[in-house]
Amino acid sequence: MKHTKPYQGLGLALPPLALFLLAGLALGAIIALVVFAVLGGSQVDVIDIATDTVVWRIIRFTLWQAALSTLLSALFAIPVGFLLFEYKHFYGRELLLRLFAIPLVLPQIVAVLAIVSLYGNQGFVTQALKQAGLPIGTIYGLSGILIAHVYFNMPLVARVILGALNAMPAEYERLSHQLNMGPLQRLRHICWPYMRPALFNASALVFMLCVTSFTVVLTLGGGPRATTLEVGIYQALTFDFDIPRAVVLTVMQLALTAFAVYMFARAGGNIDAGMTLERTRPLLIKHKASQIILAVVVLGVAALFVASPFVAIFAKGIAADLIKLFGQSAVQKAIMTSFVLGALAACLCIAVTLALCEGAVRAGFMQGAYSHAASLVLVVPPIVIAAGWFILLRPFVSIYEAAPYLVVSVNAAMALPFAMRFVLPARQTAAQRHDRLCAQLGIQGFDKWRLVLLPVMIKPLSVGFAFAFALSLGDLGVIALFGSEKVQTLPYLILQRMGSYRTNDAAGLALILCVFTLAILMFADRSSVSLKDKK
Amino acid sequence: MRKSILLGTLLSSVAAAQAQDVTIYTYESFTAEWGPGPQVEKAFEAKCDCDVTFVSAADGVALLNRLRLEGGNTDADLVLGIDQNLIAEAKAEGFFAPHGMDIEAAAVPGGWSDDVFVPYDYGYFAIVYDTQKIDTPPSSMEELLNGDVSNKIAIQDPRTSTPGLGLMLWIKKLYGDDAPEAYAKLNDRILTITPGWSEAYGLFTDGEVPMVLSYTTSPAYHMIAEDNDRYQAAAFSEGHYMQIEVAGLTKKGAENPKAKEFLSFVVSPEFQDIIPETNWMLPAAATSKPLNPVFDKLVQPDNALLYSSDDVALNRKDWVAEWLEVMSR
Repeated sequence: MKHTKPYQGLGLALPPLALFLLAGLALGAIIALVVFAVLGGSQVDVIDIATDTVVWRIIRFTLWQAALSTLLSALFAIPVGFLLFEYKHFYGRELLLRLFAIPLVLPQIVAVLAIVSLYGNQGFVTQALKQAGLPIGTIYGLSGILIAHVYFNMPLVARVILGALNAMPAEYERLSHQLNMGPLQRLRHICWPYMRPALFNASALVFMLCVTSFTVVLTLGGGPRATTLEVGIYQALTFDFDIPRAVVLTVMQLALTAFAVYMFARAGGNIDAGMTLERTRPLLIKHKASQIILAVVVLGVAALFVASPFVAIFAKGIAADLIKLFGQSAVQKAIMTSFVLGALAACLCIAVTLALCEGAVRAGFMQGAYSHAASLVLVVPPIVIAAGWFILLRPFVSIYEAAPYLVVSVNAAMALPFAMRFVLPARQTAAQRHDRLCAQLGIQGFDKWRLVLLPVMIKPLSVGFAFAFALSLGDLGVIALFGSEKVQTLPYLILQRMGSYRTNDAAGLALILCVFTLAILMFADRSSVSLKDKK
Repeated sequence: MRKSILLGTLLSSVAAAQAQDVTIYTYESFTAEWGPGPQVEKAFEAKCDCDVTFVSAADGVALLNRLRLEGGNTDADLVLGIDQNLIAEAKAEGFFAPHGMDIEAAAVPGGWSDDVFVPYDYGYFAIVYDTQKIDTPPSSMEELLNGDVSNKIAIQDPRTSTPGLGLMLWIKKLYGDDAPEAYAKLNDRILTITPGWSEAYGLFTDGEVPMVLSYTTSPAYHMIAEDNDRYQAAAFSEGHYMQIEVAGLTKKGAENPKAKEFLSFVVSPEFQDIIPETNWMLPAAATSKPLNPVFDKLVQPDNALLYSSDDVALNRKDWVAEWLEVMSR
């Protein structure tokens, strides 16, 4: 694509700046740790760590479970995403889509205990199957890890697929129906080309999330047979305080994942959005009864699978003294703190996402860096980022004052890969459809955003914003080192209470967190719809 | 150390805080609303006419690491909450100053003579079991290792958790060179090994597993705060491994008379009265009144097991590797 006018001023500088800041957040921490270790006189034998058989056994398991988890999540998500696209109007669809965001918000310990209460040895599902004469084996081991990872990630992939399909020219769908194509033909010839890039892109994200999995792998894996590199990094930075080892393991994790992400991106390919009219009038589609039954079964299983842990959380939470909890000033403050930090992080995240998307649609060798490399920040463990920035910031500013800013920045960065997956496809489509015309007409800068891009991108932007918001509520990786008095979020309170016997309170707070998240998602949906109507 | 000089020059302005105030690094559950922190702060501020500030890290290990990342140039006058396993490592870093106090008041089993750290509470690791599921709990480590494998236990990982490390040291102390065989037997009884205490205890109170590695004092919480005697600790005839939590003056704090005053406050009855029912550990010095009678019902080990912190510092990595080798099979 050629531009008749080069980008100028801010518009030119923002994308590289965003990328630079993002890379700086991760690399700055790693470099700080390296300098700290060198000044401290630490010796590091990279060869020794890189050839350690224990490390390689851990790497093998890390990659194996991540690959399997990704594969299963993707295989499950394809029919779910496709059917959610096919059936645009059914009772509970919106609620289901919102429920799909819940797994990402939950602190891992809460989700893991909910999963155990269903599939564990004494779990509801396990016992029910036993009663029915269908005893299943224990979940502790690879199966437990896979169940939890599919629970966390299938909904994400399904939503990304749905987003990509929504960006498909509506004429295609209409035509396919006019041509009387069956659902399988539609999936294969019409939807798949649009699904594929999104699917692999989402899979790359899932792969990264599973590589860095920690609580799930240790708790449900049953023992140290199941260990990820992330555990090794945590161990090195805590009990062992072996910074060189932590850095080497982090770099290995980054390199392995970068390679995997590159392969995913290659396999996904790209799709041309085509010059089309985007909107067609809604069409009335008649599905055969057999198709509807199949859809009900598939979506029903997906809904049950995603909703049942939430039901478990709900059942436990409702037993807690919610009124007393709401009355506690710590809880009120935590809700406020979570809300403010989440909103700030989501705004920052969307701003950076837009800048990176701009970079990605401007052709050039950096395209891959904008669309994929940004995600790699997920693979740098929060504890590494926190330790690195602690060293960097402490000489110059008060750590306690810096804590909220760092939390917002890190949360925004961690949410970025998610937001990118919703926003980038829409931005690419918009670029192909409108950028040339805009360039010809001389529409640029703020006007282009206001008049051209925003109207067509508001829906994916709001989904991206909502996910970023939700994710920022759930993250607490960085707070620990910086003194947590200033930043007590809801997830923090949950962990704090679980750590001091107050499991009922924790269950109540987990319920509050879930309902809070659903409310935010509902608000984001509503506001995007009303904004869209105004345009 | 070079790093401390470098950071030191940058930090000189920050370090010159008011000498009247006391900054204490501790772990999060200490400063929670229901933890000892708020009461301790109130009691000491009333005495000393100074301002106490708590700064909290996740746990004892994170506390020491925070000091390390600060390169010896800390804001802390006192650090409260590292346990005896970390004492040797903490001393080797040179961040702490001798307390120079008479700490005869400190009364932990086995006695206390450290010249840098002062114990403020202690506890014993124990297998806590659900009385509704287990009629006859194991009465010794030997029984636990050889018992019914269908009664599972949840333990914590010594690579990431202090109680997990405690159980490993407990078995190592009892079995020495035969520890790998003991780990192998234990492995058959394990439902899962969690990264932290909360996950394991959550599985236990959710009813997923009938036994969990915790403390002898855990039942006290349930009996006092929840009026529930369903969960009890199993007394082991070989004895129980100890955890002693200590406080120490940093080099900065050694110059601050109020910080020293706080350190002697730690072993005073006023402080010790607060500990049992807020931190759910046993007092490390005399209290002014008898403990809640529930504490008399708890397991009182005949034999307190402990490695010196030098032994732990020297061998921990090898012992964890040995544990890992067996448990990964």
